[in-house]
Amino acid sequence: MNYRGLAKEIELKIHSDRPARKWPVEAFFKWGTFAFAFLIIVLLIWMIIAIAIQSQLSLEKFGFQFLTSTDWDPVKGLFGALPFIYGTIVSSIVAIAVAAPISIGVALFLTEMAPKWLRTPIGFLIELLAAIPSILFGLLGLFVFVPFVREWIQKPIGKILGWFPLFSGAPIGLGMLSAGLLLAIMIIPIITALARDIIGNVPNIQKEGALALGATRWEMIWKVVLPYARSGILGAVILGLGRALGETMAVTMVIGNRAEIKASLFAPSHSMAAVIANEFTEATGDLYLSSLIEVGLILFLVTFLLNALARFLIWSVAKGPKGGIRA
Amino acid sequence: MAKEMRTEKLQAWYGSLHILKGIDMVIEKNSITAIIGPSGCGKSTFVRCLNRMHEVVDGTKVEGKVWFEGQDVYDQQIDPVDIRRKIGMVFQKPNPFPTMSIYDNVAAGLKLNGIRNKKILNEAVERSLRMAALWDEVKDRLNYSGMSLSGGQQQRLCIARALAIQPEIILMDEPASALDPISTSHIEDLVVELKNEVTIVIVTHNMQQAARIADTTAFFLNGNLVEHDKTDKMFMSPCDKRTEDYLTGRFG
Repeated sequence: MNYRGLAKEIELKIHSDRPARKWPVEAFFKWGTFAFAFLIIVLLIWMIIAIAIQSQLSLEKFGFQFLTSTDWDPVKGLFGALPFIYGTIVSSIVAIAVAAPISIGVALFLTEMAPKWLRTPIGFLIELLAAIPSILFGLLGLFVFVPFVREWIQKPIGKILGWFPLFSGAPIGLGMLSAGLLLAIMIIPIITALARDIIGNVPNIQKEGALALGATRWEMIWKVVLPYARSGILGAVILGLGRALGETMAVTMVIGNRAEIKASLFAPSHSMAAVIANEFTEATGDLYLSSLIEVGLILFLVTFLLNALARFLIWSVAKGPKGGIRA
Repeated sequence: MAKEMRTEKLQAWYGSLHILKGIDMVIEKNSITAIIGPSGCGKSTFVRCLNRMHEVVDGTKVEGKVWFEGQDVYDQQIDPVDIRRKIGMVFQKPNPFPTMSIYDNVAAGLKLNGIRNKKILNEAVERSLRMAALWDEVKDRLNYSGMSLSGGQQQRLCIARALAIQPEIILMDEPASALDPISTSHIEDLVVELKNEVTIVIVTHNMQQAARIADTTAFFLNGNLVEHDKTDKMFMSPCDKRTEDYLTGRFG
C-alpha cells in the first residue's frame, strides 16, 4: 500500500477539476436562509400592523388618554388601560424579585455545592417543573396557593407590617402578591436551568485562579464565578421576565381581576393578558373589542421596551473594564 | 541552604489512577526547583499537591505528608485556604479575571484578605507589577481590562497577582509553555530575579529551560522521583540511567 496507490477515488473527487454543479446549492442555501430570517421580521411587522389596525377604533377615540386613564367601564363605553399596565409590570417585578435570587442560589448549589449524584436528579426535577402547563399552575394556585398565601404570608406580614402601604388591607389571598409569587414559581425553573448552564461554563482555570489566591469557596463564587457569568445570568433573568409579562392563565386565576390601582400588594389587581383572556368573549360592541386589542398592542410594546431596557443593562454590565474583549 | 518544604511518601490518585507513588523530596528556600519528566509522569499533580490544589478536583485523593513551616500541610487542623495564601500558584494558561481591571487583578488576593486601605493597595500593586517586570508596560492603563494584554503580559500579570499577597513559595505549572520565545525569556529572567524573595518550584517540559534557570532539578517518571540534584550535576553526569536517557532524548 503506497501513498498514491489506494487513492483512485480521492484522485477523481478531489484533484481533478470539479464538474459544474447541476444545482446552484450555495446560492440556494444563502438565499434560503436569508428568506427565513427575513420572514421573522415580516411576521413581526405584520403582527404590529394587524393589531394596530384592529385597535384603530379605540386608538382614535381615546388617543393617549388610553394609557393614563384608570377607568375601565364597558357599560359607559369608557376604556383606560393603566390598571392593567400597572398590574402586569408590578406582578412581574414581584416575580423577578422573588425568583431571581432563588434561581441563582439553586443554580449555584447544583453547579458548585451539590454532590455529583444529586445534581442530575435535581436538575431533572427542575426541568420537569418548567414543563407543567400554566393552566395547572392556575388551578393549583387558586385552590392551594391562594389559601396558603392568605394564611401563612399575608396574615403574619399584615400583623407586623400592616401599617406599611405595600402590605395594608384585608388578607384575601387573591391579588397582586399571589400572582407575583405564582409567577415566581413558574419562572424559577427557566432561570435556574439557564443560570446552571451558564455558571457551569465558567472555566475551571478561573475558579482555580481564585482558590490559588487563598479564596474560600464562597469568595471564589462571589468574586470570580458570578462576575464571570453575570451577563449570562442577567440574560436568564430577562427570559424569565419575558415569560412573567406574558403569562395569562395562571395570573388571571389568582390576581383577583379587578381593574384598580392599589398601593397594597394584598389587593386584587388585573393584568393586560388577563383582561384580554377574561373579557374577549363577552366584549359586546366594536369599541370594547377594539380597546381589548389595544391592550394587546400595549402589552406587546411594554414587553418590547422592557426587553430593550434589559439588553441595555446587560450590555452596560458586560462591558467591564476598558479594553476587555468580552461582548 | 535552608529547607523550605519537604514531602514524605506523598501519594496521589486521580479517580482510580495512581499518579504519585510515594515522593520524598526536599525543596530549598530561595531557590528554583525545576521539575521535569515526560507527559503524564505526575509533575503537575506533584506541585498541585503542595498547596492542596489537587483536592479541588472531584474524585482525587492524597496520602503522605508535606512539611511546611513545621507543620504537615495535610494535617486535620489546617485550612487549605491558609496554605494557599502562603503558597501561591501560576498556571499553564494565563488566567486573569476578565471582569477586573489590571489593578484589580493584582489587588484581588489582597482584597480577599480584607485589605481595603487604598495606600497599601496602591503600593502593593506597584511593587508586585514591578517585580513581575510589567509595571512600565501597564502603569498608564491600570484601569484597563487584564484581557487587553498580550499572552505573555497576561502571564506576568498572573505572576504579579500571585506575588501581591507575598507568598513564601510560588508554584509554577509550565508557566511559559503557551508563550512565544520572547515572552518565555521574559518569564525566565523574572523567575531568576524572584528567587531572592521567594522559593520557586517550576514544572517544565523544556529541559533547556530547566538547565538555564533552575538551581536543582528533579526528574519524575511514572509517578516516581527518579533523581533530584543540583542542575549542573543532573545535566552533566546524572546518576540514574533513566535520567540520562531522558535528557539525551532517548525517550519521553
